[in-house]
Amino acid sequence: MGHGAGAPGGGHFVQCTDRVPGGPYGQEVARWHRLTIRAIDHDARSDHIAGGAEQLGTPLPQAPSVADVLYVSGDLGDDGQRRLGRFLIDPLLQTGSWETPNHAGPAFEVTLHPGVTDLAAQSLLRAASQLGVAVDGAATGRRVEFSPDTDRALADTVVRRLVANPIIEHWGEGLAEPTEPLAGVATEPALVAVRDLDEAALAHLGDDRLLALDLLELRTIQEHFRSLGRDPTDVELEMLAQTWSEHCSHKTFRAAITVGSDERSTMLESLLGQLRSCTTAIGAAFVRSAFDGNAGIVSFVPGVTLALKAETHNHPSAVEPFGGANTGVGGVIRDILGAAHRPIAVTDVLCFGTPTVPADSLPAGTLHPRRIREGVIAGVADYGNKIGLPTVAGAVWYDDRFTTNPLVFCGCIGKAVERPRHEGPDPGDRVVVLGGRTGRDGIRGATFSSATMDASTGDVSGASVQIGDPVTEKLLIDVLDGAEDLYSAITDCGAGGLSSAVGEMADGVGADVDLGLVPRKYAGLAPWEVWLSEAQERMVVAVPPEHREALDHRCERFGVELADIGSFTGTGRLIVRSDGHVAADVDLEFLHGGRPERTMTAQLPNPERTEAGVRDVGDVAVTLLALLRHANLSSRAAVVHRYDHEIGGATLVRPLTANGGHADGVVLADPADDHGIAIGIGINPWYGLHDPEAMAAAVVDEAIRSVVAVGADPDRVALLDNFSWGDPRRPSTLGDLVAAVQGCCTAALAHATPFVSGKDSLNNEYADADGNRHAVPPTLVITAVGHVPDVSACVTTELTTPGHHLVVLGRTRPEFAGSHLDDVLTSTGRYHPSSVVPQPDPAAPARYRRLHRAMAAGLVRACHDVSEGGLAVALAEMCIAGDLGARIDALPHDDIATALFSESTGRLLVEVVPADLEAFVATMTSADDVPTVLGEVTGEAALRLPGCPPIKLDDLVAAFETVP
Amino acid sequence: MRRPRAVVVAGPGTNRDRDTCAALMRAGADPEIVLASELVAEPWRLDATCLVVVAGGFSYGDALGAGRMLALDLAGETSDGAAGDSKVAAALRAFVDSGRPVLGVCNGFQVLTRAGLLPGSLGHNQSGRFDCRWVALAPEAGSNCVWLDGDDAPIECPIAHGEGRYVHPDPDALSAAGQVALRYAGPNPNGSVADVAGVSDPSGVVLGLMPHPENHMTLRQHPAHRREGGAPAQLGLRIFEAGVEHARQL
Repeated sequence: MGHGAGAPGGGHFVQCTDRVPGGPYGQEVARWHRLTIRAIDHDARSDHIAGGAEQLGTPLPQAPSVADVLYVSGDLGDDGQRRLGRFLIDPLLQTGSWETPNHAGPAFEVTLHPGVTDLAAQSLLRAASQLGVAVDGAATGRRVEFSPDTDRALADTVVRRLVANPIIEHWGEGLAEPTEPLAGVATEPALVAVRDLDEAALAHLGDDRLLALDLLELRTIQEHFRSLGRDPTDVELEMLAQTWSEHCSHKTFRAAITVGSDERSTMLESLLGQLRSCTTAIGAAFVRSAFDGNAGIVSFVPGVTLALKAETHNHPSAVEPFGGANTGVGGVIRDILGAAHRPIAVTDVLCFGTPTVPADSLPAGTLHPRRIREGVIAGVADYGNKIGLPTVAGAVWYDDRFTTNPLVFCGCIGKAVERPRHEGPDPGDRVVVLGGRTGRDGIRGATFSSATMDASTGDVSGASVQIGDPVTEKLLIDVLDGAEDLYSAITDCGAGGLSSAVGEMADGVGADVDLGLVPRKYAGLAPWEVWLSEAQERMVVAVPPEHREALDHRCERFGVELADIGSFTGTGRLIVRSDGHVAADVDLEFLHGGRPERTMTAQLPNPERTEAGVRDVGDVAVTLLALLRHANLSSRAAVVHRYDHEIGGATLVRPLTANGGHADGVVLADPADDHGIAIGIGINPWYGLHDPEAMAAAVVDEAIRSVVAVGADPDRVALLDNFSWGDPRRPSTLGDLVAAVQGCCTAALAHATPFVSGKDSLNNEYADADGNRHAVPPTLVITAVGHVPDVSACVTTELTTPGHHLVVLGRTRPEFAGSHLDDVLTSTGRYHPSSVVPQPDPAAPARYRRLHRAMAAGLVRACHDVSEGGLAVALAEMCIAGDLGARIDALPHDDIATALFSESTGRLLVEVVPADLEAFVATMTSADDVPTVLGEVTGEAALRLPGCPPIKLDDLVAAFETVP
Repeated sequence: MRRPRAVVVAGPGTNRDRDTCAALMRAGADPEIVLASELVAEPWRLDATCLVVVAGGFSYGDALGAGRMLALDLAGETSDGAAGDSKVAAALRAFVDSGRPVLGVCNGFQVLTRAGLLPGSLGHNQSGRFDCRWVALAPEAGSNCVWLDGDDAPIECPIAHGEGRYVHPDPDALSAAGQVALRYAGPNPNGSVADVAGVSDPSGVVLGLMPHPENHMTLRQHPAHRREGGAPAQLGLRIFEAGVEHARQL
């Protein structure tokens, strides 16, 4: 069974697609045959369960055994059973039995809810048909058998906490039976009476249908339909809610914002407007398209463009970590396809709660951070590995404030031969849906992700969460790569499903589609469900009729389903038909332009900007080792190795050096190409807690510095922003956001580095049982993508040669607020006075350009950016990466805590050959910028810092390799 | 010099077909990606082909176990080790019998074992997890395999798999028959029996291995290339060059 990458097993009933559904829920279906498959050798899943139970403080007397169960319905007979068994069971690896299992201890079986993707069941149906065995339904599940001395209640707790997830699965003690998809309650569009509702009733309707609209928006909809003299259909109402959701329309980023008190308030340009203006002001020639469509587009080399996009998938990952992260990756890859580029690499940035938090202390409905981490990493790995894209750059950040709201940022980069923009759709073009079938999965995802979470979130929004199917999306890539001339417009089916995709494409044109032509996973879906379903792995293309046949051929070759569901019309109306009814007849101008723009109030933060606040670190070695052991700074190897970062053969600078050290950025370059693409990440939510504006400047700087450190040209860097924030209706939260956007713009202008795309995720809050709201810290992820003109000049963090000099670039100042030093001091109960967040260094942009020239001239042998943990951590990481020592004779600041542990921005640590030192220092020096020669690389396996006994390299490595 | 025609077989979910083509091209072959469905419909495509590579990836998502579905496409019903009964299975068998080289990498290796063209089986990694890291592969001195060039210098290249633990009931007998082609030199990454990384069929023309030699075809692809300088002897390209050279001489 395919559980290799930690995929959740289990399954629901999957029917042969040509079979008429079995009727209402619970109706007797054909006799179930069950095949229980066990590994002959040890099954590592039992260790994972036992280890997890131990970590959660509920140890099991013995590791349980795990089996896979296949449920098959149909008239198999002995021969059918034998042939299926021979196909499904590898006698060197597995045993299988069609007998009902009999186990003395507690045994639980877990199967998927109806409607959740079950790829194994789909494969089984296909195989049975190829084998000529009469099978008409299949499902899969897992069986966990505990030793007889295991307490039943303990077994139940372990299954609940570690094995099954109620969002996608059901389970019970004993034998499970698969269930069929629930039939829809209505197959006709229904009218929703809104015209006569008073405000309270309107608000109630909004809550009831999870519309996530505010009263003004609901009243606008009410007025619109009053003026039409009719009520909306459920299809129309749901479509408006999706299109007007925070997730799809970015209300906060488009809102007019008032800042200040009543007497002296000022109105700001919208946040999105500020970011756009900043990009326009920079006027970088390499930007082809910014903040328009699915992804930002930049020029790479003449005739080749890159598409860049980073997304958030926070809410889904909180309730179903595997599926949430899985479909997060799938979604951002489709964004790149929707920009008509071939995806080439994936990135991920993950924020989790502290893994050591006791299970009993978690709020109701919250999964343990370990469980979330395991699921998210497995979900990213499963999608990226299977679709065949290297997952390259990333970061992991732990903080208790992410326990109830973990954050998952997924990015993707695509490449294409430069071609004219797709300017369609034109009237007469066909509305064509490619890829997966539509089911009751992912209903209302856009509104779900725009709402606050609480203990019931998982129950209510279960249908919002899905499992991806990377193979289907891989086939979509195969079909679309090279098909760019066959369509006039393309977009992905993401949040809001067809309603958003077709709705956006039809803007300004109009479309007429028939839901009856949309391929379904099963019957019984209500029209609004088909229209809104966020079933994964679907793209919508506008196809001129003369190209239909050619596209058909491509789809047939790769086995991709194509559905022609209607046409673009030129009427400016969107008409959705279902079973002969008009399910929706929407004025597109109202759909896209009717939403009342919000006016919001912000209260700007007033951060500490003056107090330096000295630190007493005591024993430098102890402090350094504590920092290297810190969950945020220690080795990410356990994550990186679970991602295929080698596929494509283009990963030239890897996330880890050969010796396991951390890289700054990664570099991708086709084996035959001299040009490369550098990707770097900046994130620091702790700075955000103190000073959101300085945080934004610091993470923009860090992202740019990360790509410059590996060889990117600072004049050719583009940025992506991802804001994950609390509820922006709270003025202080919005004020933090305003400050961060301003910080982004100031930093981007200073570096002359444009933003080309972004995505915000707001309302990352959890309301506890007492009604207290817990927001995530202000979290901004910046992804920098830079052009590397000559990959042979790339450098890494690996120290290369004893005797070479170590030089630090940039200014070092006492700036400790939000630092990892402060976290270590706090966790050891040591007092530290308030301080400032590292402030922007005006000399940094010119410094990066000089460093790039020095690299091009071959003056740099190794380079590492100095960021979290400060200079001491950067030095230690370079020693670890190079398996060499270092001796430091001079420090960049008189105060040792500042010199070693301050996180001042704009700094890099460089290895230089003695003969090049003079030239390097001359290149790097200007009136306001003087590098500091620190000391040299040594062959001794130790780091020697002034006034401190040597710290053994082995001790540095051991601390760094601590698994959080 | 003649560029032997090569077919790279890809099923739905195969994802290292392009990397494999690039390596074959560099090794002097003239490769073409052919979908398994096309091969099933037109088995004669193998007639004018000099070598076949079943590329890596996750065919059909490996949802029922690695390689199982693609093996069914290519060979029919064969998990008991018997030869498949389909036309494409017969064509593949004839291809091998004529001495033309066949390579299965990663998922391709899994497919070839399930299709009965290679001995043994591949189970879940001992860790239970997918693992991507560089490994060293020692060519076996007594190997019968035409995909080895006779140089005993270890080849280095990445693995990227969740089901790569090689299982065989009698690895010594396999070795005595010259069918062990490559062993992991250094840490065994997945718990394979006797560190076996690659095996061949009794004739030596079919090779299966879990690591990805196609991802080490130039020196700069090696992760330590900046510090130590890459060595040509470490290139995974050697495997493709040996296979192409063998095909050229047929």
